[in-house]
Parts: sequence; structure tokens; C-alpha cells
Amino acid sequence: MMQAALATLEIRDESDAVDAICAANAKGVSCAIVGGGSKSQLGRCAPQTQALSTPALAGVTLYEPNELVLSARAGTRLSEIEALLENNGQQLAFEPMDYGPLLGAEAGYATIGGVIAANASGPRRIKAGAARDHLLGFRCVTGRGEQVKSGGRVMKNVTGYDLSKLVCGSYGTLALLTELTLKVLPKSETECTLLAIGADEAESLALLRRATATPCEPSSLAMLPAGVALALDADAAAIRLEGPTISVTARRDDLVARLSGGGVRFETLDERDSTTLWRGLRDAAPIAAQVGQVWRISVAPTEGFAVVERIRRAGVPLLAHFYDWAGGLIWLCVETTSDAYAAVVRAAVDVSGGHATLIRASQETRTIVDVFHPQPAALAALTRRVKESFDPAHILERGRMRAEF
Amino acid sequence: MTLLMPTPEPAIMSQRGELIARLGAILPSESLIVDEVSRRAYECDAFTMYRALPLVVALPGNVEQVRAIMALAAEMNVKVVPRGAGTSLSGGSMPLEDGILLGMSKFNRILEIDYENRCARVQPGVQNLAISKAVEAQGFYYAPDPSSQIACSIGGNVAENAGGVHCLKYGLTTNNILGLEVVLMGGDLIRLGGKHLDSEGYDLIGLMTGSEGLLGVVTEVVVRLLQKPPVARGLLLGFASVTAGARCVGAIIARGVIPAGLEMMDRATIHAVERFQPCGYPLDAEALVIVELDGTPAEVDHLVSVVQDIAREEGATTIRASTSEAERLQFWAGRKNAFPAVSCIAPDYLCMDGTIPRARLPEALAGMERLAKEQGLSVANVFHAGDGNLHPLILYDASKEGDVERAEKLGFDILRLCVSLGGVLTGEHGVGVEKRDLMGEMFSDVDLEQQMRLKCAFDPAGRLNPGKVFPTLHRCAEFGMMHVAGGKMPFPDLPRF
Ligand SMILES: Cc1cc2nc3c(=O)[nH]c(=O)nc-3n(C[C@H](O)[C@H](O)[C@@H](O)COP(=O)(O)OP(=O)(O)OC[C@H]3O[C@@H](n4cnc5c(N)ncnc54)[C@H](O)[C@@H]3O)c2cc1C
Ligand SMILES: Cc1cc2nc3c(=O)[nH]c(=O)nc-3n(C[C@H](O)[C@H](O)[C@H](O)COP(=O)(O)OP(=O)(O)OC[C@H]3O[C@@H](n4cnc5c(N)ncnc54)[C@H](O)[C@@H]3O)c2cc1C
Repeated sequence: MMQAALATLEIRDESDAVDAICAANAKGVSCAIVGGGSKSQLGRCAPQTQALSTPALAGVTLYEPNELVLSARAGTRLSEIEALLENNGQQLAFEPMDYGPLLGAEAGYATIGGVIAANASGPRRIKAGAARDHLLGFRCVTGRGEQVKSGGRVMKNVTGYDLSKLVCGSYGTLALLTELTLKVLPKSETECTLLAIGADEAESLALLRRATATPCEPSSLAMLPAGVALALDADAAAIRLEGPTISVTARRDDLVARLSGGGVRFETLDERDSTTLWRGLRDAAPIAAQVGQVWRISVAPTEGFAVVERIRRAGVPLLAHFYDWAGGLIWLCVETTSDAYAAVVRAAVDVSGGHATLIRASQETRTIVDVFHPQPAALAALTRRVKESFDPAHILERGRMRAEF
Repeated sequence: MTLLMPTPEPAIMSQRGELIARLGAILPSESLIVDEVSRRAYECDAFTMYRALPLVVALPGNVEQVRAIMALAAEMNVKVVPRGAGTSLSGGSMPLEDGILLGMSKFNRILEIDYENRCARVQPGVQNLAISKAVEAQGFYYAPDPSSQIACSIGGNVAENAGGVHCLKYGLTTNNILGLEVVLMGGDLIRLGGKHLDSEGYDLIGLMTGSEGLLGVVTEVVVRLLQKPPVARGLLLGFASVTAGARCVGAIIARGVIPAGLEMMDRATIHAVERFQPCGYPLDAEALVIVELDGTPAEVDHLVSVVQDIAREEGATTIRASTSEAERLQFWAGRKNAFPAVSCIAPDYLCMDGTIPRARLPEALAGMERLAKEQGLSVANVFHAGDGNLHPLILYDASKEGDVERAEKLGFDILRLCVSLGGVLTGEHGVGVEKRDLMGEMFSDVDLEQQMRLKCAFDPAGRLNPGKVFPTLHRCAEFGMMHVAGGKMPFPDLPRF
């Protein structure tokens, strides 16, 4: 089954996709969908027979800045879209991360189809939402080889099931996305970051939660253990404020007043340093350079520290970690071992609920360990039925998300 | 009656006695409504044009009862229609004559408020507004605020993906839900999400939200709580034409301002509102735009002056900015009264809910006027202008021969117009039975079949709220076959792995 070089079919338009997927169904061969394609490193290790390559399916097809809407073919480079938006003072508010640096590949290769398929969202996720909150509609070719559309180009739409949510984070296992329509938003006039330095890890996390309970509207909140970023030699809490200059300054001052005490000192990063910091955190830069296996863990913000403590106390050698999303997102790098300590990590998460995804590990590890958090039986069965409603023969990304499909 | 519902199945009707007996073993007697007079209270939701008497009404009070009812329904092959507060404007919770009406009103408790994680765990029968009320003392609120918020339930909000005047900035229900507990047909219980963000697999919370009670019964919801902004100020802007008002709305957004609320109403509505309960709206205006800006005091004052400048540039004939909380609320009072006010100027009205790309608003309004004339009816308009969601209120008189049909025809024509302008059939009220037969205007057969296949993944026997949303009923087995595309026959014995 393993093949050295995948037979690659270039998808230039929807009818290419229909032909390719129908042919694959006829022959029963499985297909990977390759956008930027630089990262064979991720997902369950499940060799596919054939690759459907999307970069030729490129181009922005609609952009109306005043209507806050943009449509693009799925193979369009994310960097191209971001540059276009930047020129108009707009952005994808969900801040899609670039996994390139973490996975040891070049940055800037992601396609918009890959971003949506991975529901990739950055530090602003807690305020602005995830990729799934910004996809208004799409066209695709399903695993049955059928051209299907859903949603539209308007902001408010409840006509039929919201399939846009379903394809976000489906990792190509339901359909090959051909065109996406996204909600775009104005960029903030400016941003700054307030650093609160000197409290320990648990206190810094508590301070982040206190910041979320103020009217200061932080757009991102991270806890950075000493040494992982900004060459800081003490633990720090980082709070990003965005908006009109007049408001950012007022909110920063207000935050300092509300959070003072307990021996923390405050520093402010100006717009440039702030942008750099959060781009790095978005791409998991503080742990990317470590040699080890990487977990991405999503839990309730109050549970983040307890989860890390449980993992630490179970004797797992942690190489580096930091928290985003006010403590709700943990990036964790552990010393390499055959099973990436999956059982310990997942047990630590299951105590209070959440999920742990193995982002970086060798092929062998990703063969024996579930990359995505295992599901209870009833949910797993439903998940499989949902998959099969789009792709009954398991043609697309077979085995990428779940061993059973 | 132009609406066709699935014919009641004799096999179900004849088992009513057994069904009631077995439901009686699951539920206490006060939770089971059997007699005809009491069942009449449930014969429609807020889409009152069509009614049906439910076979029996069940009012479970806990998850175990819901599971047992759903298992029984699957076993006896009986249909189930979930119902929250019955405020749906599209007939989503309209009963079926051969179906159990599953009322969720006893699920009325807020189970947990977790300020540190900024969320609350609530039962589906809790009123939308009750959540904000419960947390307001601590400075929090639940953002989606449908006009029906004093009545509608959070479970119904999830099922309809309800919106409100604040959703331009703060999102719809789907953007404000962290977790769901759902009972599937047959009784399986699944938990989706929780207090953490995003899913470990397919985003089934996103799929459930807006699924109109066709996929599962929601028995618990984790909602996000937001911190109340320190101040909010309102602006009242009058314009000499609807086009000028629409241009101003576009200009505000083009300037990078996303207001907390951005509403518009036409002359007919302004006058109806002023007659109903005067609140100082300019009677000489053809269009009124209400803008709300929230945030820190400095930011809000700054944005108010930005919007004032834009309004002047766009030729506003009235520009008023609120200087007190009382004045801000007064600006909103008329908007909040719009529906009752309109019901005072006409015996009946039908509220439509199309969405269009905002820039097409002038065309949409001109088109609506023309279509209304064709039917000899008139239309009053309120819009969620910021996101292009139109609520044309078609005025008619049900006691007048042919008016109901004309109103329905006009409603359909207006929605077709929305679709032809690049918009959609419904922005927040749902398809239900009301827009069911128009789905083909937006979707191809293949699009709809894919959606129905998903329904089959949740409910293979098609027993949960059938006859809603989809214009045709199919048995799931019909979808089992591979599509034949490009003349290639699918491989008959496909290897699965
Ligand atoms: C658990 C996890 C696993 C991830 N796995 C990967 C990975 O394997 N590769 C990767 O680059 N990044 C992965 N990411 C990150 C994310 O996909 C990238 O950042 C994405 O933006 C890369 O874009 P790309 O065009 O290079 O995608 P690719 O590397 O080409 O593909 C990434 C994923 O998206 C799917 N996909 C791409 N284009 C389409 C399309 N048009 N229609 C449908 N599906 C499509 C693929 O099937 C694949 O599952 C992962 C993230 C997480 C959290
Ligand atoms: C005056 C008025 C103003 C309105 N304004 C708005 C508005 O501004 N924005 C807006 O979005 N809507 C509005 N609505 C429409 C309506 O209030 C919403 O659709 C609301 O979400 C319905 O909630 P409900 O509890 O009344 O649900 P119901 O009407 O009882 O049911 C609606 C649908 O949800 C399903 N359902 C209910 N509970 C459950 C459950 N627990 N599990 C699974 N399915 C369930 C039902 O089967 C049905 O399909 C308005 C209605 C009225 C009458």
C-alpha cells in the first residue's frame, strides 16, 4: 500500500475534481487532497494512493470590501488573500496559523482550502471566533463525486443545514472544497500588548482570567513561562488590546489599574513588537524550535494549569509549553517517545473535558497513536455516518482523522 | 391551505392508545397531555397560518425521560416534533397529527454559571432573556438577543440559529455556543463540546445549530457569556430616501466601524410606530437608521463623531446622538415596538425574513413595491441593515376573500427576489414549513440530497420533525446508491478499506 511518490492529479476546476473522485470511486483508491502540500507530517499517518493537487484551482473570484465579503478558489494561497485584504485595511479576523515553522517547512505555503479544512485559528480566536465562524458559504465536490454548494455570500443565513461549520475542520475527509466565501473584517487601527511579569504560572493564568472579566476587551491572552518568548527570565502574562488608538491606551491604563498588586510589574509592547509577538504565538514559535513531539490541547481556561500539572506529575518529560486563549489552549512539547505519552496526556484532559491533538510526531508514532482525541462510542458511530453521507466508500483522506474511515 | 404536510400514517394513528399507555409508563400523568382541548393549545407556533392537532403532547422533565421517549418513538416508528416556546415564525414546531409533540418547557433551569470560564450551562427550555438577567449583576450578558427574547427558549434559539439586533458585532447563536447535549432518535445521548473551544472532530455543534429540530433533541446548552461594554450610545439618523439611508449604512461599514446594532425602517413603519407609541422619530423621513456603538467611553464618543460625520456627508436630514441611557433606550423603543405597531395598522401581517447583499437594498425595495402592487397589498419594512437581513411585513386581512393567498404569494415572490439578488430565503427565522417549498430556488436537487443524507445520518427512519425544511420526503435507503457521474458506472463491490 505504501508508495514512495504519490500519483498526483492536478485539479484545475470542479469538473476535474468530479472526474478524479468518480474515477477513484470506480477503482476504490484513496486520495489525499494537497493544497500547499508542504506538510506530509500531520494527521494520522495514513498513506493514500493518489494526490489531488489544488494550487491550480486558484484566484480570488469576488471581493467587496464594503460588504465585508471575499470569495476565492480553494487553492489560492493564504498569503495572497492576506496581502489583498491588507491593502484594503481588512483581515481574516480568525488569524489562521501557519504550521510551516512548527512542522519544519517553509512558511507561507498554506492555501485557503487547507486553512478551512483544518479550521486553523490563532490567538484572536477567543474574541473573533475560529475559521468556522467566518466561512459564509462554499462549493465543493463530495466524496461521491457530486458538486454541492451550501451557504451564500450574506452575513446572515439559516437556509438549510449549516454545512460551512461541518467542512471547517474536516481535513478533506468529506469533500474537496473548490470555492470558499469568507467574512472579512476591518483591521484594528492599532494594537499593543500589556505584559504582567513576575507572578508564577498559576497566578499569571488567574490574572489572565481576571483580565477577561474586565470591560477592557482583550483580544488575546497568553501565559508565557520564563524563557519561551521575548527573552523574559520570569513567567509572564501577555494581554493584547486592539482598536482605535484612543481606546487602546485608555484600556491599557484601566487594565494596569485593575490588575496591579501581587508583585507583578507591567511592560507595554508597542504596535510593532506586539504584532511580532502574537504572530509568533499564533505559529507556536515558542516551542517550534524544540526537538520533541508536540501536543495541542483545548480545555476550559480554568483547567489549563491543572492539566499541565497532571501531565508533569505523571512523569512526562516536558521540554517546553505555553498557554494561549486565556489558559484554554496549551501548546506542549514533550520528549520524543514511541507513543508520545498519549494515554497520560489524554487522561489528564479527560478529567475535566476537552481534547488533545498530536500535532508533531514521527510517522511510526502517528500510526500507533490516535492523532485526534478518541470519541465515545455513540459519537464515534454518528461521526462515521456523517462521513459516509459525503463519502460512502472512504475515498477522501482515508484514515487521516479516524482509523475507522 | 396550499401547504401539503405528509399524510398522517394510519399505522401510527391506530396505535395511539398503546403509545399513550407506554408514554404513561415513562412520564408522570401531569406531563402527558391527551385530551383534545388541552392539545389545541399546541396546534401551531407563531406561524399561525397553518395548524395541526398533535397526536399527544409529552412534557418530559429530565434527560432520562427524553431518552426513553425517543427510544419508544423509534421502536413504535412514531414521529416526534420538538418544541421550545413555540415562537417560531416558520412553523418549525408546528405539530404533526401523527406525531408526539415533545415540549421542552420543563427544562427550565440554569444549571451552572461559570464566570471564570465565561459560560453558563443551561437547560433548553430556559428563556433567552433569563440568561442575561441571571448574570447582569456581575456585568455579563448573553449576546444573541432576538426580539422575542422574553419568550423564546435557548433550545429553540439553537434549533433556529436565532439572531438579534446585536449579531452584526457579536454573532448569531452559532457563534455563542460552546457545548450541547443531544438525544438522538432511538435514545442515544451525545455530548458535543463543553467549556473548551472547538471540536475534536467534525463540528457537530455547528451542524446542530440551525437544524430546526430535525437532527436531535437538545437537552443542555453551554452558552458563552460576554462582559457588558461599559457604555453604549445610540444615533438616530433620518434620510430623505431609503437609498440614501442604505448608502449611509454602507459608508459606516466601509469606514471600518462595526456598530453593535445597525437597524433601518421605512416610512410606513416609522409612522406605524409613532402612532402606536410616540418616541420622537422624524415623521418627514423616508428612512430611519438606528446605530448603536459600544465600548469604552473614549472609544464610543470617538465613534459617535465618526458616524455623525458620515451621516452628514451622506445627507442625513436628522442626526441625533443619545446623551443618556434613557435616550438611547428611547431610540430603540420604536424599533422594539415595530411588530406590535404594525399589527395595529392592519388586521394581519406576515413577517418575511430574506437576506440580500447590502448594496442591493434599493433594488430590493423597488422590486418589493412592484410585487406588492401586483397583489394589491402593501408592505412595511424593518431591516437588520448592517447584515442585509430584511423583514418585510406584508399587511393583509385574513377575513378578506383571497387575501391570505395573495399575502402568501407576495411573500414567496419577495423571497425569490432576494435569491435573484444574490441573497437567501431566510436570515434567522428558519425554513420550517413556511419556506420549505422554495428550497429549490436556492439549492439544486443534488445540494438538497446531500443535506437529506446528513439527516439520514442522524435519523435513518426520518421520524424527527419530518415534513419541515425539505420540499420532498425520501426514504434514506434511496440515498444509499452511488451517484453515476460522467457516464461512469460506480464499481459494484467497492472495497471499503
Ligand atoms: C491536527 C492537525 C492536523 C493538521 N494537519 C495538517 C496537515 O496534514 N497538513 C498541513 O499542511 N497542515 C495541517 N494542519 C494545519 C493546517 O492544515 C495548515 O496550517 C493549513 O493551513 C495548510 O494549508 P495547505 O494548503 O498547505 O494544506 P495541506 O497540507 O495541503 O492540507 C491540509 C489539510 O487540508 C485538507 N485540504 C487542503 N485543501 C483542501 C481542499 N481544497 N478541500 C478539502 N480539504 C482540503 C487536506 O486534506 C489536509 O487534511 C493541521 C493542523 C492540525 C491541528
Ligand atoms: C414577535 C417575534 C419576534 C421574533 N424576533 C426574532 C428575532 O429577532 N430573531 C430571530 O432569530 N428570531 C425571531 N423570532 C423567531 C423565534 O422567536 C425564534 O426562531 C426562536 O429561536 C424560537 O424559539 P422557541 O423556543 O420559541 O422555539 P419553537 O418555536 O418552539 O421551535 C422552533 C424550532 O426549534 C425546534 N426546537 C425547539 N426546542 C428544541 C430542542 N430542545 N431540541 C431540538 N429542537 C428544538 C422545534 O422543533 C422547531 O423546529 C421572533 C418571533 C416572534 C414571535
